[in-house]
Parts: sequence; structure tokens; C-alpha cells
Amino acid sequence: MNNTLSAADALFQDEVRQFLASEYPDDIRVRMDNQIELDRDDFVRWQKILFARGWAGVNWPTEFGGTGWTPIQKYIFANECARANTPRVVPFGLSMVGPVIYTFGNDAQKARFLPDILASNVWWCQGYSEPNAGSDLASLKTTAVRDGDDYIVNGTKTWNTYGQYADWIFCLVRTGTSDTKAQEGISFLLIDMRTPGITLSPIVLLDGTPEVNEVHFDNVRVPAENLIGVENEGWTYAKYLLSHERTGIAQVARSKTRLQHLKRRADATDNGGSSLLNDPFFSKKVYELETDLMALEYTELRVLASLAAGSAPGPASSILKIKGTEIAQAIDELYMEVAGHHMMAFVPAQFRSGFAGNAIGEGTAANAARVFLNNRKASIYGGSNEIQRNIISKQVLRL
Amino acid sequence: MNFDFTEEQQLLADSVDAFMRDHCDFDAHRRIVATDLGYSTQNWARFAELGWLAIPFNEHDGGLGFGPTELSIVFERFGQSLVTEPYLANIVLAGGLLNRLGTVEQKTDWIPRLIAGDAQMGVAYAEKTGRYHLDQITTTAERTEQGWQISGHKIVALNAPNAEAIIVSARGEDELMLFLVNPKSAGIQLNGYPTLDGARAADLELRQVQVDAKARLGNQHAALPALVKTLDEATLCVCAEAVGAMTILLNKTTEYLKTRRQFGVPLSSFQALQHRATEMFIEIEQARSIVAMAVMAAESGIDVMRSVSAAKNRVGRAARLVGQEAIQLHGGIGITDELDVGHYVKRLMMIEALFGNTDWHLQRFAAG
Repeated sequence: MNNTLSAADALFQDEVRQFLASEYPDDIRVRMDNQIELDRDDFVRWQKILFARGWAGVNWPTEFGGTGWTPIQKYIFANECARANTPRVVPFGLSMVGPVIYTFGNDAQKARFLPDILASNVWWCQGYSEPNAGSDLASLKTTAVRDGDDYIVNGTKTWNTYGQYADWIFCLVRTGTSDTKAQEGISFLLIDMRTPGITLSPIVLLDGTPEVNEVHFDNVRVPAENLIGVENEGWTYAKYLLSHERTGIAQVARSKTRLQHLKRRADATDNGGSSLLNDPFFSKKVYELETDLMALEYTELRVLASLAAGSAPGPASSILKIKGTEIAQAIDELYMEVAGHHMMAFVPAQFRSGFAGNAIGEGTAANAARVFLNNRKASIYGGSNEIQRNIISKQVLRL
Repeated sequence: MNFDFTEEQQLLADSVDAFMRDHCDFDAHRRIVATDLGYSTQNWARFAELGWLAIPFNEHDGGLGFGPTELSIVFERFGQSLVTEPYLANIVLAGGLLNRLGTVEQKTDWIPRLIAGDAQMGVAYAEKTGRYHLDQITTTAERTEQGWQISGHKIVALNAPNAEAIIVSARGEDELMLFLVNPKSAGIQLNGYPTLDGARAADLELRQVQVDAKARLGNQHAALPALVKTLDEATLCVCAEAVGAMTILLNKTTEYLKTRRQFGVPLSSFQALQHRATEMFIEIEQARSIVAMAVMAAESGIDVMRSVSAAKNRVGRAARLVGQEAIQLHGGIGITDELDVGHYVKRLMMIEALFGNTDWHLQRFAAG
């Protein structure tokens, strides 16, 4: 066992650092550092910069334009991006539907969709959850009924992130009959968001932002050529995605960066004569999170190492999701604590571009509560932490 | 040892319950927090009519002469209904300071108007420096011919945007001082904003603000102890309020668990979730108990500071668990603005940050 970077990896780390220093746009960086909400253009611009460097498809096979990086290189890249506080790459195209298309799509679909996904020419969103199908996703009821060369889609999807920015949506739809088991009647369908019959209802979250939507499908006509793979096999493709797209789910790099920044802030925060970081009750929480993160980082490296050795990711990735989100949420809480009195302010407008009023509080103090509230979603989405515990319990412990 | 209400206290409880039922449902809350003031002037007038604004004032000054028990009764119910009317700022904080420090003239000027619901006051004791240490502030008060000159920066002053007078703390002549300040005075810049719970607060910049000598509240080192005691009273109020809010969160959570179905069964059929709801229940009962303990201590006057800190710490820990679990157990809808659950959690978050957080009070408790 060893954990030193090879010479080649050290060089790669330098290369990434240099790229970020020269190519990460100042204006986006300033918005990110001040927690100003990014707009559509900001996300796309950053992703196109990555694409121009050949670094958009971090996990894609080289055959489809991927980087061909080793797990360690991917890890280095994630760390450096986190340290530079770059925007998160919108996952729905590059990390979700892209891999499904290159794994299960036909040649025409690969040719049609993959280049635009890689180049961030097209913004994708996800149509999975429904008002009555959350954790029990397989019980989804949005239907796709074959009509000649098309499917007619009817139903409602919810918790659709950034649908208001999206050009296309990938949907799990019911094509089976009520006779079949729920999972065996689901198809994976690609739908143009401009198709008549699609409407969005924004859902405002506790932080005051309409980040997610309900998407209503009213007799939406979708060409059958937009079906991925085989009808009624959609659940398999979705599950494959869930079990393979696990690098980064722990958000270790981001949490490490945030925790270091938190320590600096706490150190600079007066607590009645001495700094908040010197307060033993506060510092205990900080340093325990730090050791938690070290443990999580090495859990992730162990998972990566076994992936590199050819094993399937397995249920251990559930640990990454559970601990990763809980640690991130604990960090959110500490940021509120550091913010002190100003965590009580609720001023969403201050953290949107174009704000010209009087800023309340120093830096992002008045945003700490909003970040905490928004990030409560992390333990709920992506397979709730309850479901993740079921997975471990059943598949690892065999209880 | 008696945990029962007196007949009068029960009447008060029933009266507040009835009002909350009739005027303070979630739709009303939504409408109220969307207003410029962040509270309902109509409700405020009704509070006055019902005599609630008179609760902690001396009978001599036109009040009801009631104490911590009655305040806890009112605040628990405020917590159940997400009340944003500025009772804390006006009656408990400003009223408490006037009670303890006011000259006859100052009391005559303000208390009858507070009781009648005609005056709005704010309180500005917090600064970035010092966090929860009330005396470690940098706002200064310099003696002038007319009285005093105040310069400094106050933050999150509750109800300040609505106030005609703000009680401001400042360091002067080596002691903490309090002043009744007109926010329209020259040299004051007031930046108002909503707080997490929908009520209003402000940051204040004071540049050589001139106040009259008779605007000083208290003298000869009386201000700091009075401020501490008044904030302790307010702390006890918000602890009771938190118990009310948590009770509603538990009710809503158990209701949701029973009605929400996934995998063909109600969520309540999962033992893991039953246990988590039970944990919420246990925490709430512990919180309720420690508030009762602290109220009794406050009534007796014995070991009040330590009891209040014990309560704020214990209630804070309970609120953290109950708030987070209420959202988590509601799944996705728990983080929407539309559902009331998140709004109760936001109020609990406010309470956590008010008057010293969970850890700060643990330290004060430990220090004896």
C-alpha cells in the first residue's frame, strides 16, 4: 500500500493547476466565491472550456471522446477543481444520459446526441421522480403508448432540476401493462423539451430559489427512434447508471475545500476575545469532521482502486453517498455557526447577479442558512440515505 | 411539585389557542410575512385588546403583573402557529429593559403605549465582534453637552425596521450603556431585511448619533445585568416557542408517515421510521420538561441563569434533531417553500441563533 503520487501523476496535477489558473474565467470564479447564483450561460461557458481542453468526458470511454484518465487522475482533477471552486458540471448530460446513450443506444443515437452532450451544446434534464414515485421509482406512472412511429407520453415528473434551462429530457416511462412487474414495464425515452404538450411548473425551495420543476406531459408525441435500447428494459439502463456513475458522489474534494475555508473563517471570527476556532466545543466538531473526511477520502480511494482492478462498484458506494452527504450537511451547519447572528437574515436577492442594494453581513454570512436549507436535499435525492442503508443492510450485511 | 396551570393560566392558554385557530393558520402566515411589516397590525391590535401585551408589566404601570409561566404559555402557542408579530422585541425585550431600568418618565412614555399596541420598538445589542458576549461590543457612547454621542455598527436588531425607538447598547465610560434611539436621527443608516422566519430585522450604522441625556436607560452599571436578565427572559420565551413548533413538526411528520405510501405500504409501516419518529417525540418531551424546569426557576428567582442556559442547550439539541428529521422524513416536499414544515424548521433555526446558540449556553451552564 502506498499513497504517494507517481511522477506522472504529479505532472498531471501541475497540468490541471495550470489549466485552472489560466482558463477558469475570473467572472465565474468571483460569482462562485461569493455564492452568487450562476445563470445558464455560466454553466455552459465553463463546460465548453473543459470541452475545448478535451476534459468534458471525464468518465467517458476514449472511443466517444472521453479523457481516458486513470482513477487517480480523475481524483486529482476533482481535487483541483474543488480547490479552485469551479462550478459543478451539470450531471444530467455528461454523467447520466451520455453514458446511457453510449452504452445502450444505437449508432444513430450515439451520432446524433453524444457530440452535443460532450460539447455542452445541448442542456439535458432528468425525468425520473413523480409525485407518487419517489423512493419507489419503479412505481412510476407516466405512460408512453405506441402510436405508429411515435410514443404518446402522458404524466407528471417532479424534482426536475434546471428543467427551465433544458433542451432535452430523458425519461423513464411506463410502456408495460399492469400485468408485468413494475420494473419490467419501464422504458428509457429521450424527449425534446420543445415538443408540444410539455409544460413546466417551478417549485420554489426553502432557500427561495426555483431550482426544480414539475414537468407535465399532455399527449406529447415522441418519435419511437428516441427509445433507448429495448422497450421495457429501461429500468436496467437506469440501474446500470446508478451503480456505475459513482465517482464524485462523496463530494470529498468539495467538502475538504469547504472545511479548510471554514477553519480560516472560524479562526478570523471573534468569540469574545479569542477566535471561534479556539472554542473547544466548536473545534471538536470541526476536527472530527476533518477526520471523518479523511476516512471518507480513503474509502473512496479503496473503491476506486477496486474499480481499477476490474471489480464492479458494488454496494460499498452507498457508504460514499451516505457519509458524503452527511458530512457535507454537517459542514453547512458549521458555516451557519460561523456566520453568527447574520445566519438569521434571509436575503436571496443579495446572492443573485445584478444585486445593487446594501449587502447584509460580511461575505457569504447571510447566505449560510440558505445553503444549509438547499442542501437538505442531498440526503434525500440520488437514492435517499434511507434507501442507501437498505442497500447496505441487504446486499452487504445480508440482513 | 405542581405542573398544573392555575385557572387564570388555563383561561389564558385557551384564549390564545382560540385566537391561533381563528386567525393564525398557515395561509394567514404566508400573507403576513409577504407584507412590508412582516406582521399583521390587525393581529397586534387584537393582542392588545386581549390584554396579552400587558402580561409582563407591573400592575403599577398598567400591566397584568404576570411572569415567566404566562409568557411561556403564550410563546408555546406562538410557536405552534408561526406567529411573527413582534411580541419578543416589543414586550419581552424592550418591555423588559424598561421594566428593569426605566425612570418614571421613561416608563410613562413607553409602557402604556406598548400595552395599547401603539408603539413599536426594536432592540439592538448584537454586533459582529463578541458574538454572544453582550459586553464585548465596539459601539461607543461619548458624553456630550446634551447627552451622548453614539457611533458603531449593530446587526440583526429585531423589529428595528418597524420601530419608532430602538434600544441600542454601547460602551461608554467603561461600562455597558443602553439608549433609546430614534431611528430617524441624523447619522443613522438602517438596512432592514426579512429574517428566516419572515419577520423583520435591521443592521444599523450609527455615525456620531446625538441622543439626549434622558434617552439613557439605566445608570451606574445597571445596564449590563439588566440586559443579561432580559435576554434570559427572552431566551426562555423562545425555548417555549420551540417546544410549540416542534410539537407541530412531530404531528405533521407522523401524519405524513401514515398517509404517504411507497412500495405499496404506508411509510409508517417501516420500523426504522417509527423509531425515528419516536426519537423526535422523546426529544420534544425532554425539551418540554426542561422548559418547565427553567420556568419554575425563573418564577422562584433561584439559579435562573444556569437553568435558562440548560434549557436553551437542551432545547437547541432537540430542535436540531426534530427539525432535520421532520424535513428528511417528508422527503422531497420537505424542502419546498410550499409546505409548512420548512417554515417551522426555519423558525427553529432562528431560535438557535437567538440569545446565544446551543454550545454557547452549554458553556455558560458549565461555567456555573
